[in-house]
Amino acid sequence: MSASSAAGPGVTPGPVRRGRLRRTLDRHWYAWAMVAPTIFVLGALVLYPLVRGVLQSFTNLTETNQRAEVCSKTLGGAQSCTPNPDRWHWVGLHNYTDLLTGERGHFWLLLGNTVVWTVACVLLHYLIGLGLAVVLNRNFRGRSLYRVLLIVPWAVPAFVSAFAWKFLFNPKFGLINSILVNLGLDPVEWFNHRWTAMFAAVATNVWLGVPFMMVAILGGLQSIPSELYEAAEMDGTSPWQRFRHVTLPGLRPVSSTVILLGTIWTFNMFPIIYFVTGGQPAGETEILVTGSYRAAFEGLRNYSLAATYGVLILALLVVYAAAYRRALKSKGEVW
Amino acid sequence: MRRTLPGLTGLAAVALVLSACGGGGTTAASSDTPDHASLKATLTWWDTSDPTNEGPAFKELIKRFNAEYPNVKINYQSVPFGEAQNKFKTAAEAGEGAPDILRAEVAWVPEFAAAGHLYALDGSDVLTKNHYLDTALSSDVYNGKTYGVPQVTDTLGLMYNKKLFKEAGITEAPATWADVKADAKLLKQKAHVDGIYLNSGGYFMLPFMYGEGGDLVDTDTKTIEVASKANKDGIRIAQDLVKSGAAPKPDANDSYGTMMTLFKEGKVGMVINGPWEVANISKDPKFGGFDNLGIAPVPAGSQGAGAPVGGHNYVVYSGMDEKKADAATAFLEFMTSPESEAFIADKLGLLPTNEAAYDLIKDNERVTAWKSALDVAKARPWIPEGGLFFGPLDEMATKVLVQGADVDKTLDQTAAKYKADVVPEYDLP
Repeated sequence: MSASSAAGPGVTPGPVRRGRLRRTLDRHWYAWAMVAPTIFVLGALVLYPLVRGVLQSFTNLTETNQRAEVCSKTLGGAQSCTPNPDRWHWVGLHNYTDLLTGERGHFWLLLGNTVVWTVACVLLHYLIGLGLAVVLNRNFRGRSLYRVLLIVPWAVPAFVSAFAWKFLFNPKFGLINSILVNLGLDPVEWFNHRWTAMFAAVATNVWLGVPFMMVAILGGLQSIPSELYEAAEMDGTSPWQRFRHVTLPGLRPVSSTVILLGTIWTFNMFPIIYFVTGGQPAGETEILVTGSYRAAFEGLRNYSLAATYGVLILALLVVYAAAYRRALKSKGEVW
Repeated sequence: MRRTLPGLTGLAAVALVLSACGGGGTTAASSDTPDHASLKATLTWWDTSDPTNEGPAFKELIKRFNAEYPNVKINYQSVPFGEAQNKFKTAAEAGEGAPDILRAEVAWVPEFAAAGHLYALDGSDVLTKNHYLDTALSSDVYNGKTYGVPQVTDTLGLMYNKKLFKEAGITEAPATWADVKADAKLLKQKAHVDGIYLNSGGYFMLPFMYGEGGDLVDTDTKTIEVASKANKDGIRIAQDLVKSGAAPKPDANDSYGTMMTLFKEGKVGMVINGPWEVANISKDPKFGGFDNLGIAPVPAGSQGAGAPVGGHNYVVYSGMDEKKADAATAFLEFMTSPESEAFIADKLGLLPTNEAAYDLIKDNERVTAWKSALDVAKARPWIPEGGLFFGPLDEMATKVLVQGADVDKTLDQTAAKYKADVVPEYDLP
């Protein structure tokens, strides 16, 4: 495509602008050529679906009303097509008001679950990962073996761990309840109550997610210059003081990134909830992404409702990321 | 010789049936027989049956089919039941990757047909030559056209452990839910096991609703009836079984699996389940074989007994090349012929859909035991939204049975959900 046609016939640029455009194109054409594939791929893979999803959330599009006409074929060649009387149409903010007022689905329940799930998982991931990283950062025998062992959960596919943990938590045949009984405690009906079911899911996800945090924080720990510790030691600080005033500030760049990443991942962590609790009991542990999945793929596919969930999830995460960045900025962090 | 013998008998049997059909039968048979070899096609079949228990029997049938139709290649693909519905829809909407023939659950057919994914089979041999049970065929009919043929029909019944019943001194299967409650008490006292395990799935609540004369929706008047008084009464009976201790409290997650494990291990006396589990239960060494398995119709409520009709159908994808049509209908005709269905019934204990098949399996107790259960079976409302009924029902069952929620309130919520999510154009009464 030549440069002149890229400017487009629709625009009516003045002579000055056209000149400037041509000049930049002349001078930087190779740069544009370099980024063009990226822009094209991003547009096709990210921008187009995103825009389409947002548009769909303003319609009542489902599997049944997407076609302009419904055709029915009979073996032997006969085919009859009738115009679809329920063709999809624009409904404005209808989907959003339905979801947000609880007319359809359980948006607020799901949001509450998602927040609890995300906060609990990320907090435990971070704290346990930090603890393990600090331990592994010292010199002791077999350190590399421990490192490898602690990474194992990360290497196991998420759904495998999910099934394994689901079985461990099985109220009648699971290992966890038999341990409880052997300790003289009452068995717990893990999936019959909202919070015990949530606990089971969080435990699974913590097991899965800690290795990543551990490795990331370990990397951060090793980047803190040892001179700082030596200097602090010379000043007669206690280990706790060194941890608070050297380690934690030194970890801040790593921590801020992994917490943001962890939050977004956990927020959208589909397989654990779906496979471990299955939303039980009675949908009380469903989170936003599993709710969106059920709208989109269970029974008749409700594309518009699923898109609405998707837009709301995206909006929440964008707001969160912006707020998070702002909070970091106010502490002098730049990224 | 050993290999060809079953094929030959099958051929002879088919010829017999064809001639027995009467009317134009003789001419059809004579013109059909030489045709068999001239049919040439490759058909992809997605089988959703259990690949280890049931799959081998269906593959064996394909071998027999090929003995008759040597030039029709069946590309057999086992697709997990839980994934098949979405997989098929995705492929059909994309216009590629869908199989020519699919084994579809009964509730899927109206849904696929409404979306235009299926060929109507009206007028083809398979419908005119085979005679299917009316209730089984009912799920294939949508808007006056027939979009498939039934492969297997099933229903729910009461399955019980004969040995435990003997230990408890119970002589015959309970006929009403009140009997179930009384028998459960005996089982607990004398056999020291739980009476009945009610799994918290919505489908398994239907006998309680039907027993009081209830239903989910009325398709004629377009009303949502899930919160009717009859249904509430029925669900109260179910809840009472759990609250009174006749049934242990089910687990919210994977209660079906728990039910089967407990029943097979002889830790619970009765379950409500279907013929598809007969082979599985009889095979389990802990259970004590088929001889130990009692099968009875579902217990009755105040309006009599009623169980939902389930099962699977063969459907033909509308994107299939029209040229393959003859081969496809020949395949369906063969698979649902009385002989093939009798073979499957013998092997797996599944209930045939072809009326003539029942004559061939008169001595098969595993199947005839279900005949009485099948007699009280009730067709479900076959509408495209049928598959959506069960999400809210599952939720209701969990709330009522596991969490002990108030029946009236929970069913009212279910009705509201039907209005919002399932059949918005229907009226609440």
